Amino acid sequence: MASGTTTAGGAPLRQDAAGERRWRARRHRWDVRWSPYAYIAPFFVFFAAFGLVPLLYTAWASLHRVELTAPADMEWVGLRNFSRLVADEFFWNALKNTVTIGLLSTVPQLLIALGVAHLLHGRLRGSMFFRVVALTPYATSVAAATLVFVLLFGRDYGMVNWALGLAGIGPVNWQNGAWASQFAVSTIVIWRWTGYNALIYLAAMQSIPDELYESAALDGASRWRQFVHVTVPSLRPTILFTIVVSTIGATQLFGEPLLFNGSAGATGGSDHQFQTLGLYLYEQGWVNLHLGRASAIAWAMFLILVLLGTAAGLINAYRRRTG
Amino acid sequence: MRVRAGRMTYAVLIVFTVLSLFPLVWTAIAASGTNGRLARTPPPFWFGGNLPKNLGIAWTDANMGVALLNTVIVAGTVAAGTVLFSTLAGFAFAKLRFRFKNVLLLLVIGTMMVPPQLSVVPLFMLIAELSWTDQLQSVVLPALVSAFGVFFMRQYLLEALPVELLEAARVDGASGLRVVWHVVFPAARPAMAVLAMLTFVMAWNDFFWPIIALTQNGSPTVQVALTGLGRGYIPDQSVIMAGALLGTLPLLLVFVAFGRQIVGGIMQGAVKG
Repeated sequence: MASGTTTAGGAPLRQDAAGERRWRARRHRWDVRWSPYAYIAPFFVFFAAFGLVPLLYTAWASLHRVELTAPADMEWVGLRNFSRLVADEFFWNALKNTVTIGLLSTVPQLLIALGVAHLLHGRLRGSMFFRVVALTPYATSVAAATLVFVLLFGRDYGMVNWALGLAGIGPVNWQNGAWASQFAVSTIVIWRWTGYNALIYLAAMQSIPDELYESAALDGASRWRQFVHVTVPSLRPTILFTIVVSTIGATQLFGEPLLFNGSAGATGGSDHQFQTLGLYLYEQGWVNLHLGRASAIAWAMFLILVLLGTAAGLINAYRRRTG
Repeated sequence: MRVRAGRMTYAVLIVFTVLSLFPLVWTAIAASGTNGRLARTPPPFWFGGNLPKNLGIAWTDANMGVALLNTVIVAGTVAAGTVLFSTLAGFAFAKLRFRFKNVLLLLVIGTMMVPPQLSVVPLFMLIAELSWTDQLQSVVLPALVSAFGVFFMRQYLLEALPVELLEAARVDGASGLRVVWHVVFPAARPAMAVLAMLTFVMAWNDFFWPIIALTQNGSPTVQVALTGLGRGYIPDQSVIMAGALLGTLPLLLVFVAFGRQIVGGIMQGAVKG
């Protein structure tokens, strides 16, 4: 380098500069070409290690007898875990409960959220206060929320039964009744997620152009008709999005039914009346110590989601073609 | 149309507010009394004088002190790691050209649909093999991947980061990492802050995997300790409620301080997602 900077003719200097430029250009090309992969690498490395490989390995484990006490000893059993599952009344019971609790929690939750979002969309004093408050249940963990609701829904001293008693409705056994317990578990889900969904709907409402409402108003549409004919159709993609997210959440429901059972364990009630698939998986794997069977349940849950997704996609495509 | 809210609107919203806050307020009321007070009819509607005592029992006997410290470590690490990785990947997906970009992006979105149950059995076998049970890295490492985070940052950077700015930095001869540090991170900062808060909340409340990987008397997170309480670890209901209060209060404080930003982040993510 030192020779290039001396005055002994311009040639070495130019040569060096050209070399330097070439080197920099090459480095630049190399950088442009490969650095994107470096930026996405951490995500994909962690995803592969803790997402993809375990996912595939779950399929492998579901074809084996694996016990929690000795997870390294795997005995090939083919599809036996799955055939046992099909013959298992508790699996069907859990599937049925997951569907009913899913409906009981998702439908009211999204309807209330839509209504609250509509109210929040008006010109409002303290709108930020209402929004933050709507989100506080979302900040409360499943565990903390369920512990409180267990007390509120207590049969003998719970606040809910006390209030119902004032109205002359005799004590409901929220823990042991089949529908009552599913209703109580759904209430916890509704409480935690309604405000969150309301904010998502509110965000979508704010992006509806005012002109749509103005022309509807010119046509003499009432506020209710505007809501039905302008707001809801414009919100369709967002509503679909929240239905998908809530459905995925509902199929995985676990913490609420686990803790709603108090110290009685992962059975989901004395009669398994509110045991969900997620809870059943936990019971098989970590109470009964059958990891192979738990894997089979996990894949069954996934297949159910895939089936639901495919069905929704088909219905959507059909509607688009006919409608 | 944004119509001025009438009395009815306020009335309904106030009812909604009361219903949203009541279980939290009542947690504090129940935590401030005694077990006997909770077994009265009507149930208590106002605070008793036992709050410090119950909080103390929950702190030591129910391991809530350790649990809070662990959860701060876990949620803090997860939030920092997720934000860093998501910003890098989100930047690449938003602004750079490379082969297989669209396929890889679809893969990221696809992973959002995969339920966590699908990986718990092998993850459990893995941490059993590595003797990581009851060690915090067993809950930190799997949580560092957030497809939502990558997507969130990509959507933000698509608009917030002008291509001209990147090209100007390139022409000045800045290397890739310098561009990231001096151009991408400053542009992404608001979204990074929101993602950090959302991730922190999610990591704080993460439930399914931690109760498998950690135990009550080892190194629990808050949710593990609360699960222990709910499953009969301590029979006193007012102490259980004190534990629930301890486990929720830090997040509620975060919400009081940054509620506006968190609300903004969720609404922003909703429109763009």
